[in-house]
Amino acid sequence: MRDILAQPRSMFSGRLRWVLIAIIVVIAPFAMKELELLTNFGLITQVNRALIFVALAQGLNIVVGLAGLLDLGYAAFFAIGAYTFGLLTWPSHDIEMSFFLAIWICALVAAVFGIIIGAPTLRLRGDYLAIVTLAFGEIIPALVRNLGDFTLTFRGRVLIEDYNLTNGSQGLTPLGRPDFSFLENLFGLDKGAFNVGVDPTFWYFAIVITSMIVLFSAIRLNNSRLGRAWKAIREDETAADFMGVDPIRTKLAAFAIGASFSGLAGAVYASMLGAIFPELFKFQVSIFLLIIVVLSGRGSIWGVLIGGIIIATFDGVFLAQVLPDIFNGELLPEYDVQSLRWVFFGIGLIVIMIFRPQGLFPPKSIETKIVPPTTESAEGAPNS
Amino acid sequence: MSILLEAQGVSKAFGRLVAVDTLDYTIEDNSINSIIGPNGAGKTTFFNVVTGYYKPTTGKVVFNQRNISGSRPNQLTRIGIARTFQTIRLFNNLTARENVLIGMHHRLKSGVFGDIFRPPAVRREEAKAYEEAGQLLDYVGLKGYEEHAAKSLPYGHQRRLEIARALATQPKLLLLDEPTAGMNPNETQDMILFIRKLRDERNLSILLIEHDMKVVMTISDKVTVLDYGKKISEGQPAEVQKDERVIEAYLGRRALEMLKK
Ligand SMILES: Nc1ncnc2c1ncn2[C@@H]1O[C@H](COP(=O)(O)OP(=O)(O)O)[C@@H](O)[C@H]1O
Ligand SMILES: [Mg+2]
Repeated sequence: MRDILAQPRSMFSGRLRWVLIAIIVVIAPFAMKELELLTNFGLITQVNRALIFVALAQGLNIVVGLAGLLDLGYAAFFAIGAYTFGLLTWPSHDIEMSFFLAIWICALVAAVFGIIIGAPTLRLRGDYLAIVTLAFGEIIPALVRNLGDFTLTFRGRVLIEDYNLTNGSQGLTPLGRPDFSFLENLFGLDKGAFNVGVDPTFWYFAIVITSMIVLFSAIRLNNSRLGRAWKAIREDETAADFMGVDPIRTKLAAFAIGASFSGLAGAVYASMLGAIFPELFKFQVSIFLLIIVVLSGRGSIWGVLIGGIIIATFDGVFLAQVLPDIFNGELLPEYDVQSLRWVFFGIGLIVIMIFRPQGLFPPKSIETKIVPPTTESAEGAPNS
Repeated sequence: MSILLEAQGVSKAFGRLVAVDTLDYTIEDNSINSIIGPNGAGKTTFFNVVTGYYKPTTGKVVFNQRNISGSRPNQLTRIGIARTFQTIRLFNNLTARENVLIGMHHRLKSGVFGDIFRPPAVRREEAKAYEEAGQLLDYVGLKGYEEHAAKSLPYGHQRRLEIARALATQPKLLLLDEPTAGMNPNETQDMILFIRKLRDERNLSILLIEHDMKVVMTISDKVTVLDYGKKISEGQPAEVQKDERVIEAYLGRRALEMLKK
């Protein structure tokens, strides 16, 4: 049976398809602006947020979907990216690094943290890894909250006293924004002509470019030496080991690269918001990203792209704005409809798991094949 | 002929159960070696020691003059040891070609940035590997199945795919754990011819676990019989066949006495 959902790309062919997509992507923010005026609902900022989540979900998809590792604390790398950007550009730290340099450093720092966390934990399998990453996801925001005022002593000597690294739960603001003043000189324009500030249309394009970088890397990796090794590990780690794939190194690479996507997205997000707080990176963010990956289809890069946009926009526009607007008018004036958000996703997950466990847009190779009953699990000694 | 692998007094114990018991074993270049023995004799466990899955409890394994006890499986793949499994362990959701490409993983050079930016060198390497995988699939008789998911292949084909994947690592020693299990007589006959062909054309040694006596007696240069982890007989097929201890291990003492009468 042919499945139209599984082949969202087959509707148009070749170059025409890309031209159409490019036109839609470019027109979208202006169309959304018009829609916003008509409907009174915030749209562009929500789509921007959705695209950030897509970039994050692509990173998580490498870890969960391709390498088959359950990471329940992935938002920690998001936080690390955002806070590294904060530390590098918050005026009080006197670094005020350029946006264009800082975002790459953030990606790198997140990758290094991926390795630091992965090295001791990736020897663990399955449930253990999930628990360790869950803890890591809790530790990072807690650490951020507590590094607003810290003193470091070594053998009785005070090395650092009352240092404000993260500004605690008040968060860091303002943060660096991309500086285009060189363009002002180039074109002989007035000062401030290219001051992007919080202009959602500018950020839309900035985030589209970020997501495209992430998407491009994910697509290339998916179909490469490393990507194959990830999938082999996911399918049967022991067999992969016997075929010459080093499981620890391969899983570390998944963790580091997944984290770097998150670090990059975190940095751009921080710059867009201009303010970051520990609360932005709570456990719920990890879960929301996991929901995007699982609902869209684990291991499917296009699936996570399309599913991520749909789910995160649905969340930001429909659940957060339209629904309260409908119900809080006369029907249920007091009720906090937003609290239904997780009920929605919970039901969504259950329905998908029952009727379409591979997700809405699964990768092709899994979709088209018949699954014979396998008698053997992927774990354990190779003799059983 | 020189010696490719030498196990010296190798034991592997699981708690109090000694699955492999102070075993001495050698494999020469370009030879077919069979290990037989009743179920639970320790054959697969010995495979797992040789391929690095278990560290021997005592003794050591020397491969190409190198002590390999304690090396990880993927390190041993790199220096020329490959295997198949008693129960098939393919990468089910990957295509046949991708399964073979995994076998080539350690020979390919591309790193993360090469994988993302695909410079010409990486493109060439991938194209070459892709083609080589196709040739290997052809070699084991799987032409036309390149893009099929491993799990969708019929049983006999899956066995062949496992061999293709192992060959892709370019082994000097290939370990086959019951390659004819579950095959009909025709398929078994094909497998016998194929194993011979491997030895002759690919310049490698084969270590075979096999229950089918016809297979063992036809193709082996050397047959070793294990029972309770110990070597009870070794030699050319004809010698081992006559060995009373072997008949006893397989059929029990009373059967031996009956045969003698
Ligand atoms: N991982 C293990 N843990 C405990 N006992 C094991 C393990 N693997 C094998 N054994 C035991 O070791 C003995 C040898 O098993 P095995 O090597 O699989 O035998 P064979 O392949 O010759 O049939 C058996 O008694 C088996 O139960
Ligand atoms: Mg066995």
